[in-house]
Amino acid sequence: MSKNTADRVIAIVADYKEKPEDEITSETTLDELEMDSLDAMNLIFELEEEFDIEVPDDKVTEMKTIGEMVEGIEKLIELKEKGETVELADTGSNASEG
Amino acid sequence: MRRVVVTGIGIISALGLNAGEFRKELFAGKSGLKDAANVDISDLKYSKVGEVIGFDEKEHFEKKMLPFLDRFSHFGIVSAREAIKDSGMTWETDTERERTAIITGTGAGGQGNLDDFYIDLFCNKKTRFPPTVVPRAMSNAVASHISMENGIYGPTYTITTACSSSNHAIGQAFHSVRIGTVDCAIAGGSETPLSYGNLKTWECMRVVSQDTCRPFSKDRSGMILGEGGATIVMETLESAEKRGAEIYCEIVGFGMSADAHHLTNPSSDGASRAISGAINDAKLNPEQVGYINAHGTGTQANDPMETEAIKKSFGEHAENIAISSTKSMHGHTLGAAGAIEAVATILALKHGTLPPTANFTEPDPKCDLDVIQNEAREKQVEAAVSNSFAFGGLNASVAFKNWR
Repeated sequence: MSKNTADRVIAIVADYKEKPEDEITSETTLDELEMDSLDAMNLIFELEEEFDIEVPDDKVTEMKTIGEMVEGIEKLIELKEKGETVELADTGSNASEG
Repeated sequence: MRRVVVTGIGIISALGLNAGEFRKELFAGKSGLKDAANVDISDLKYSKVGEVIGFDEKEHFEKKMLPFLDRFSHFGIVSAREAIKDSGMTWETDTERERTAIITGTGAGGQGNLDDFYIDLFCNKKTRFPPTVVPRAMSNAVASHISMENGIYGPTYTITTACSSSNHAIGQAFHSVRIGTVDCAIAGGSETPLSYGNLKTWECMRVVSQDTCRPFSKDRSGMILGEGGATIVMETLESAEKRGAEIYCEIVGFGMSADAHHLTNPSSDGASRAISGAINDAKLNPEQVGYINAHGTGTQANDPMETEAIKKSFGEHAENIAISSTKSMHGHTLGAAGAIEAVATILALKHGTLPPTANFTEPDPKCDLDVIQNEAREKQVEAAVSNSFAFGGLNASVAFKNWR
């Protein structure tokens, strides 16, 4: 895990949840941060803006911890650098809850 | 039938950030219509708006809530907080929570503030957007937030009938309490039409004044748009007396009608039906009504139509009724107008002071009623009516009675 990416993710999460950065580690879960689904969507949006990536809908639900978030983001950055954007654009169509 | 009284008010408008500031400016006859400060409309044909100045949402909401809240929600929620605090009402039991209604009105909700979203989407070709656009913009957001903040489980919904929205909301809430569906209701409305795109659409209708808003005045030249929100707390008289709550006034009647005529050209028959409906619903004699807070948009079409409607409803007594349009001070706040003007009417009854029509210059023979010109009038009236007439020909009037 690149420290740089992890630090940037933690900084964004800490700012979003108004918590000190040192209380958030790669093991911290979104449940522990008391994030509901819409909170998580908001956070994903902020991370997309920060890293200039697009997180596919099916990947959003897979990210349960900060560590998984960092790994996912690093993978998306890697795919983007390789020019493999087709998969990233395929975002599915079942995101709505009502 | 049960009697219904107002025990709390809250308001944010161009006349200030709370009910105290509103009352002071309202009775001083000060117009809050000024050149737009928060939005650049220098290329539009008009420059004045009724803008809320000095409101900082960060003082009222936690940071994590802000992405979910449009400006129309800020005004709706903050005015509801003020009204609830003012009423002293608390909800302890599930039964109390179930027997309280929340009914809000708005014309466009947050839809009017999507300029930035559409510019990014269509012009800047941006592909990523926050997931909160929909819950921010939805018209029922204010009602939902008030419910969540206070743990209220009863009938909660939003009415959108353009400029009559919040009068319909207040009227429906009043009927719900009177017939016993609920024992308490929080009702009001909010609107924030001061985005560039929205202001442009109003310019296209050619109903906005390039001067200022001068209702019932011979040289009137149109409306001025305003933003804001207002909420009232109402409950049964029995409940208010049991709590020892301070009573502002009684709500006694509600009338509604449709013109069935034209989308934008109002009909005095339709307006009169709503006014008479409120008087009859209240079981008031027309002679008991001493003040009307007019719809009074300041357009060429509305003011003579409303004059005629008042004459149709009150006959010869029409000339004895003091009339004012407080839109001359806070602007036309569309879906919030009924709620803001209800607060003006409630304060008029409570304090024995009738607010004026500001910016008035010269009487118009077509509007030959007793228009209160520029200065408030010290007069305790027995009953008052507040009118809202919407585009689409949908009318709502609410009757209030002095409590002493």
